[in-house]
Amino acid sequence: MGMTITEKILAAHSDLETIEPDEIIECDVDIVLGNDITAPIAINEFEKLGVNEVFDREKIVLIPDHFTPNKDIKSAEQVKQLREFARKHNIKHFYDTGRVGIEHAFLPEQGIVTGGDCIIGADSHTCTYGALGAFATGVGSTDMAGAMTTGETWFKVPHSIKFIYYGKLNRWVFGKDLILYTIGRIGVEGARYKAMEFTGEVISSLPMEQRLTMCNMAIEAGGKSGIVAPDKITEDYLKDRSIRKPVFYQSDEDAEYIEEIEIDCETIEPQVAFPHLPENTKNVSEVSDVKIDQVVIGSCTNGWLGDLRIAAEILKGRRISPNVRCIVIPSTPEIYKQALKEGLIDIFVNADAVFSTPTCGPCLGGHMGILAEGERAVATTNRNFVGRMGHPKSEVYLASPAVAAASAIAGGIASPEEI
Amino acid sequence: MVLRGKCWKFGDNIDTDVIIPARYLNTTNPNELASHLMEDADKEFVNKASAGDILIGGNNFGCGSSREHAPISIKGFGISCVIAKSFARIFFRNAINIGFPIIESPEVVEETDEGDELEVITKEGIIKNITKGLEYNIKAFPPFLQEIINNGGLMNWIAEVKLK
Ligand code: SF4
Repeated sequence: MGMTITEKILAAHSDLETIEPDEIIECDVDIVLGNDITAPIAINEFEKLGVNEVFDREKIVLIPDHFTPNKDIKSAEQVKQLREFARKHNIKHFYDTGRVGIEHAFLPEQGIVTGGDCIIGADSHTCTYGALGAFATGVGSTDMAGAMTTGETWFKVPHSIKFIYYGKLNRWVFGKDLILYTIGRIGVEGARYKAMEFTGEVISSLPMEQRLTMCNMAIEAGGKSGIVAPDKITEDYLKDRSIRKPVFYQSDEDAEYIEEIEIDCETIEPQVAFPHLPENTKNVSEVSDVKIDQVVIGSCTNGWLGDLRIAAEILKGRRISPNVRCIVIPSTPEIYKQALKEGLIDIFVNADAVFSTPTCGPCLGGHMGILAEGERAVATTNRNFVGRMGHPKSEVYLASPAVAAASAIAGGIASPEEI
Repeated sequence: MVLRGKCWKFGDNIDTDVIIPARYLNTTNPNELASHLMEDADKEFVNKASAGDILIGGNNFGCGSSREHAPISIKGFGISCVIAKSFARIFFRNAINIGFPIIESPEVVEETDEGDELEVITKEGIIKNITKGLEYNIKAFPPFLQEIINNGGLMNWIAEVKLK
């Protein structure tokens, strides 16, 4: 019987020729990732073990992105622990403030993760890298510690769900809208433990950044991973950036899926996910009279250059509503520099937005734009749980950069059509 | 391993914030974490429950963030195992990795009431409801995961099996 791309990648990283869903296997990992919140626990566990060396100093990635630049003494201490560990073990991929970007944008951009990889990260949005044709999934800190020691980890082989997106995308509809729509349709448990394989003519012509946005939110449907089979777009993206040689896998014609879901994209409008679950989606045209206090354009989901360009296109020559604070955060230093070069930063600051250096910041209610009681934000981030951006009685509405920018001008949730 | 204890029952989608609220994540000390276990679901829980007791959950137990503090606080309290209809993926891994037994069984969850006394014989995959006189065969953990649990978690297993 045929295998899915996910099964092939996992088999290639184990000693097995063929594998089946639900089987438990041990796999070699190509990259082990941790951040300033999860890596300290992993480092403690690693040090308790008393081994002298990590399995491979080039395959461990430490990214202090959540509170960068350090917001307080505690966060500074956590990053200090990462920094000292990186020095002691000569870890190749440690990036400090000024050089660091949000992990799930930074790793693909810098070519640290690549096609055919098996990647674990102590962060639930590690699933982002599936867009490169890799198997990537979020784990806990002990998993990270274990893999830093042995270079291996265990997996239960996931069943795959095939999503087939057909038709043509409407104007102002992006990868973000496709994934929000999908989560709205299957629910936050809809893909629990499963690999979400995104296919179809719409995905074939979707730019890499938007594929990354879609895979990023696989976890929001409970998914173990998201994946897009590699094609010309993947090859072009990886060509001059991948620091290791990518391996390209494809699902077999007769691969078995636990479910196949067809989605007609012509019926999809820009989406908004209402508090407090990403599955609470609505068409933006059905939303009226939701006044907002803040807009955040950024995060590992939508802080890509393409996202900033779309936001700038809408904000150019306009002013943000006097009742709204708008915060724009590029995901990486490279994106920051490019935005500077293209004049995007001028557009944002002239529209009265704040333009920040790369950080997770408000996405997890960390810093750089926390909501007060009763406040509402439209954000291009990925989670709208209770208290995610601040006060437990604040609200987050998830949307694309286009809807977010339009809403910033309108002072309430709005479609770009209205601007 | 034979586990025996009184059951405490919770519903679907018990998330990691309910198990251990984010405001207590400034420590990784298991005892300190355990003193706030299930606080936002039932403030009195830590006073009512005893070491050895069993938690019963519905679907998607442990959903939410990848925080390992959730199973650490349950184990730290002395809860002997969690039986749920289903577990969220990262919680499942984290529990196994810290050597904490969890069991997936919709049948047991449906037929167990709060306060029932259960006995779990992990190796043979048997759960007995002592109060009601019922017995269930549960799918044993795959040998690999059982080995990790028996060693007291992933890092101990690595020390004993991988590094020897
Ligand atoms: S941007 Fe938000 S979701 Fe992404 S890694 Fe940072 S905190 Fe997590």
